[in-house]
Amino acid sequence: MLRIPCPWCGLRDLTEFRFGGEAGVLRPLQPDQSSDEQWADYLYYRNNLNGPQLERWVHAYGCRQWFALRRDTHSHAWSDAVPASEKYP
Amino acid sequence: MSQKFRLDSGGLINRQQSLNFSFNGQKLQGYVGDSLAAALLANGIHHVARSFKYHRPRGIYSAGEEEPNALLEIGQGSWRVPNSRATLVPLQEGLVARSQLGWPSLGFDLARCFDFSHRLWPAGFYNKTFKWPNWHLWEGMVRNLAGLGRAPEEADPDHYEKTNAFCDLLICGGGPAGLTAALVAGRSGLRVILADQDEQFGGSLLWDTAMLDEKPALHWVASVLAQLEAMPNVMLLPRTTVTASYDHQIATLLQRGHNNAWRECLWTVRCRSTLLATGAIEQSLVFPLNDRPGILLAGAVRHYANRYAVAVGQRVVIATNNDSAYQTAIDLFNHGVNVIAVIDQRKDVPAAMLQNMQDIAVRVCPNAQILSSRGGKRLRGLALQQGQKKFKLNCDALAVSGGWAARLHLLCHARGSLRFDTQRQAFLPERLAEGFFVTGSAAGDSTLVEVLARAETVSNGLCSELGKKALQVYQPKVSPSNLESPAVAVNTLQFSRQRQWLDLAHDATLGDAELAEREGYTAVEHFKRFTTIGMSVDQGKTGNINAFLALSAITGKAISEIGTTTFRPPYTPVTLGALAAGHTGEGYAPRRTLAAENTHKSLQACFEDYGGWQRPDYYPSDREDAHQAINREVLAVRTSVGVYDNSPLGKIEIHGLDAAEFLHRIYMNRVHGLAVGQCRYGLMLNEGGVIIDDGIVTRLAAEHFLINTTSGGASRILGRLEEWSQTEWPELQVLIDDVSAQWSNFTLAGPRSRELLQQLDSDIDFSAAALAHMQATHGMIEGLEARVNRISFSGELSFELNIPSSYANGFLQRLLESGAAMGITPYGIEALMTLRLEKGFMHVGSDTDGETIPDDVGWGKAAMNKAADYIGKRSLTRPASLESNRRQLVGLLAVHQDQVLRSGGHFLPGSSQRTPAETQGWITSAAFSPNLGRHIALGMLRDGRKRLGQIMQVYDAGNHYPVKIVPPCFLDPENQRLES
Amino acid sequence: MKRYSAFSLAANALLGHRQWPAAWRKASPRESYDIVIIGAGGHGLATAYYLASKYKAGRIAVVDKGYLGGGNSGRNTQVCRSNYFYPQSVAFYEHSLKLYEQLGHKLNFNIMFSQRGVLELSHSLEEMEMNRRWANAMHMHGIDSEILDRGQLQQEVPNLNLQCRFPIRGGFIQRRGGISRHDAVVWAYARAASKHGVDIIESCEVNGLERSAESITAVNTSRGRIAAGTVVSCVAGHSSQLAAMAGLRLPVQSMALQAMVTEPVKPVINTVVASAAIHVYVSQSDRGEIVIGGGADAFSSFAQRGSLTTTVENAAATVELFPFLSRLRVLRQWAGICDIAPDASPIVGRTAVPNFYISTGWGTGGFKAIPAGGDTLAYSIAKSELHPLLQPYSLQRFNTGHLVDEAAAAGVAH
Repeated sequence: MLRIPCPWCGLRDLTEFRFGGEAGVLRPLQPDQSSDEQWADYLYYRNNLNGPQLERWVHAYGCRQWFALRRDTHSHAWSDAVPASEKYP
Repeated sequence: MSQKFRLDSGGLINRQQSLNFSFNGQKLQGYVGDSLAAALLANGIHHVARSFKYHRPRGIYSAGEEEPNALLEIGQGSWRVPNSRATLVPLQEGLVARSQLGWPSLGFDLARCFDFSHRLWPAGFYNKTFKWPNWHLWEGMVRNLAGLGRAPEEADPDHYEKTNAFCDLLICGGGPAGLTAALVAGRSGLRVILADQDEQFGGSLLWDTAMLDEKPALHWVASVLAQLEAMPNVMLLPRTTVTASYDHQIATLLQRGHNNAWRECLWTVRCRSTLLATGAIEQSLVFPLNDRPGILLAGAVRHYANRYAVAVGQRVVIATNNDSAYQTAIDLFNHGVNVIAVIDQRKDVPAAMLQNMQDIAVRVCPNAQILSSRGGKRLRGLALQQGQKKFKLNCDALAVSGGWAARLHLLCHARGSLRFDTQRQAFLPERLAEGFFVTGSAAGDSTLVEVLARAETVSNGLCSELGKKALQVYQPKVSPSNLESPAVAVNTLQFSRQRQWLDLAHDATLGDAELAEREGYTAVEHFKRFTTIGMSVDQGKTGNINAFLALSAITGKAISEIGTTTFRPPYTPVTLGALAAGHTGEGYAPRRTLAAENTHKSLQACFEDYGGWQRPDYYPSDREDAHQAINREVLAVRTSVGVYDNSPLGKIEIHGLDAAEFLHRIYMNRVHGLAVGQCRYGLMLNEGGVIIDDGIVTRLAAEHFLINTTSGGASRILGRLEEWSQTEWPELQVLIDDVSAQWSNFTLAGPRSRELLQQLDSDIDFSAAALAHMQATHGMIEGLEARVNRISFSGELSFELNIPSSYANGFLQRLLESGAAMGITPYGIEALMTLRLEKGFMHVGSDTDGETIPDDVGWGKAAMNKAADYIGKRSLTRPASLESNRRQLVGLLAVHQDQVLRSGGHFLPGSSQRTPAETQGWITSAAFSPNLGRHIALGMLRDGRKRLGQIMQVYDAGNHYPVKIVPPCFLDPENQRLES
Repeated sequence: MKRYSAFSLAANALLGHRQWPAAWRKASPRESYDIVIIGAGGHGLATAYYLASKYKAGRIAVVDKGYLGGGNSGRNTQVCRSNYFYPQSVAFYEHSLKLYEQLGHKLNFNIMFSQRGVLELSHSLEEMEMNRRWANAMHMHGIDSEILDRGQLQQEVPNLNLQCRFPIRGGFIQRRGGISRHDAVVWAYARAASKHGVDIIESCEVNGLERSAESITAVNTSRGRIAAGTVVSCVAGHSSQLAAMAGLRLPVQSMALQAMVTEPVKPVINTVVASAAIHVYVSQSDRGEIVIGGGADAFSSFAQRGSLTTTVENAAATVELFPFLSRLRVLRQWAGICDIAPDASPIVGRTAVPNFYISTGWGTGGFKAIPAGGDTLAYSIAKSELHPLLQPYSLQRFNTGHLVDEAAAAGVAH
């Protein structure tokens, strides 16, 4: 069980959230001009860091808002939680 | 009454209330307050088990959860609990206990032959043999010999509970350290939970003869408890084991019921910090034939004498490598039990200990070790060596102490680390996890004075860390002054031809450890897995240190180099039923019921679970079977009018300036050009181009849309919309609103559906001119606000009526009344699936799978012709999407009219009829069409569109039959009926 | 290396078992090797074994930062099966299953491969249809799978609760699937590889890859620099980290997959029972423990510990299927790090760096694939051409879109 800090609702149990993968994955602005490699990079390739990682989470069973969280994938300790609409640190 | 070994006085038992119980059918007695182990020992019964591999006689070894031998079956029938530690079972009236291994009986066990042939069965023997002819031949035998107790055969009659709690400080352990800390923390105002696994608080004080303020220690315990009970911010949980520590200061606690309606309750506690006052577990001694009944841990011997007034024997020898066992001699002497001698491995026994023994005239043998033991089902004597001299002793009980291992499992769960303390020959905390504190003997304290002092210091520190001011608490004076030193001598291992056990529970010996070293299994995890030391039900609690010592001695590496194995949760085993509490049966997944369920029930609907919803599958009348009912419903829709409850349909409203643009990017289909009052069928793709959902998009106003999703996809699609809106396109001004539950949805379908609607009290013009196919309108129907879409999944003239959910029952009844004269027929999912199959309308998830792209199902042109970008578009121009030979949606008819078509059959290549063969695709949906009088099906077939008109073979579960590939529409391909 | 057999066991018993040699050589790293395999788990050791024994591929080393088999190979629930859906997958895993059938004899080490059947349950009519499609897919490939209706299911597993929350309609069983002892498989390959001259170097952590313009020239480790002609990554959950050392990114995400065992009881469950709808699979080990696994925790994790939520779900699902297990107690719970690809299918073969091979993406299903994974990768390295069975699993598929989406067939991780 983890507890995740929602920027609006505070610290809540993991069961209320859904993980949205790494943050900072940028969708090509002009997909029809992306090569197959560039499109695959966006769709599939990830950093998959062992350690602090910036991630996207959504408080699915609460306020239903998306936010970015810096969380250590090894120790599960987290630091900042930032609403999705702001620039990611 | 034959409790021959019950001492005349003392103990925390209630001698006024005796209890009857049985062991292996033998009727026995004990007292309220006894554990099952204590009661057995009081009756002189030591031999209660057979060992796992060699089936040697085994006896009760400890007084706690670390018990490796005395695993008994408690209870009968569905109440049976296998592998129960007799040391933890509170004695109750009528308790039935049985030993587990031993056939035909505990006393005479044929499997003892494994003991006599033990040289054939060293560690890992099974890896070296049983290969020929194959493992299966031997496996049955091995499986029957393995396992300990028997699982019950029926469902669990007991009830389990779950609960949650929050606190500032979770204190694990209610002995002197934990109680002191609770007092300090409670007084400071922190919210405290104090949990102890024993029946009552007190910890080691329950069996310690120390005096506090010149009174028995339990007086102090009672006074502290009284103070704690008076504090509203302190919660006391006896009979509660803290089983595991998870991330972010979450702990699970297993509480045993006591005259409750529930057997066990699993607590999930979220705290700010955790204090381990968990004490220490005594370790065994390793010597040849160290496993006989009658050999117990020295602390346990004290425990039985002081707490339960039970003598473990009449002639007791004590063997030790540290000071703590000497107190056992003193306590036994005070109880009038004959202590023959204290065998001390150390050459230099501290003077204070020697003096204590002299005072009670007990012989001490320093620099001595045990060479072997004798006795069959009970210890009879020992062969010893002191210096150069060999001698023998007769005895019926041996109390051993190999030192003390701190209980730091929870700290390890939380990723703290341990270091090996050579003075104490024990692992102690090295690095604490964040928010963790340790005190008491778990931190290495060995005397009560130290324990009480440190507990106060640590809790003071803890309070200030948590922002509270700690107040001073009164510290009681301990007597007699305890001069015990914490030092533990290294447990020297001797060479012997006899076996020396390192793990009683798994029957693993020093010889196994030596074999492991010889074969190279010396990494601590390899060692553990090869020898299976530490992997049994006791998880090596009494033998852990000795196992490391053995590995260290054998490899020549220091213990600090070897490391430790990881302690894994749970600390003590947790009942599956408790983990599952509240989540089984109806609690497993909520049943979602339609708002109009009562009406459907009154119509005799047969319900089926679809995506969590209980939905009518069909409505059989009295004489009908399923097929007859479904056929009748299908025909009714095609000839007159039917009503279908589609309320679980996902309904999401999109408002905003950019609503159209938003949906235009989400859907494969065009949305911008959709006029107000128009409906359009839309496909949703994922970024891989795969179809994930389909549904109708309706434009209610310029900046107001209503989209439908499949009922199974409603919450998933809502989540996607919110995700894209919030994270990818925050600049688009849209409001997304899930209204699925607010509206109930009833479809009226059939040639007479319009006629029926026009009979209802409504201000809506249902005429063909006013409401064409794929148009929407709204107004009032029967006094209810209604949204109406003229769309069709059945292929008939059809109207979807959306009304507020709370009126669903009444509305449906009104429709049924109004339509009674025209024979309105409620129809269920089966009929709907048949109707849509006749029209060749695909069903996402059945006809499509994780690879299906729009072109596969005939939507290729629309997908390509939309210039603007939408989710998934780019993937449609990847090589895989463009290649020929993709599976495509086709219809099929059996060549033989009466052939039953079933979903799941595979198309064979060419005209071949045999497998193995390369699959060409499969049948995705099939049904009997009452309109055509035969089975029809849809399938996904490689290059399907090029194969129209061909005959192909279908393989299905050992049979095969020919089918003709046809366009996927079996009825009214011009759509005249639904456009009327 | 001394042969293992009942005879040698008995003979050694007379000699007090003092003559057994080490199962594998604990080698020290040499200055250079032709092939360096990073990761001494099942896949790494199997690859080394086949390279050495079948292809005599020169000097081979397998290095591991810890003790061999300490990753997922030592943490899985031991299920072996080939009941996959897509022909590419069926072909691959069937190759592995066939190798498993002979492995104990071939490697002279009893891996305790018990073909007691793997049963997939259907809880709804839809699932029955899906499973029929699936069972037929296996028949199309010539592989055993038997569709069972409720009655047959009840006979097969009498203590299964057909009336659970999602009533069971039937299922299908692959009788040749079953359980094998995970440590034994790893140790068997280690012993055999070592016998064929492979240097197994434990406690040797790779902390960098030296590159020339075109290729990797050496592996930098905690025990020194090792020059290498070819480098192979078999590090499962840590694949992205190792690939990053080669300047590559991978399309995998590492997640925790947990499992737990109960205290041992006498035999009560004789097949592997899996349910995709209830997300659990249950079997009983030869020691008597009930082994329970479920789905991966749905977030990135290298922690090797599962969350309590999943534990509770797995426990509830188990009690739903087998209510009589409720009074048994969970003894131990642990987790591994699973490298999961977007289509939950493996990624094996060459990378953009010519002499750097990867074997990853095994996700939650790597154990059953060990023999085939090793065999096909060894072929590919030795012959410098991708083994036919590996063609569908190249990294390239993510560019072209040829994903092998076994997500449905993998259902519950096992």
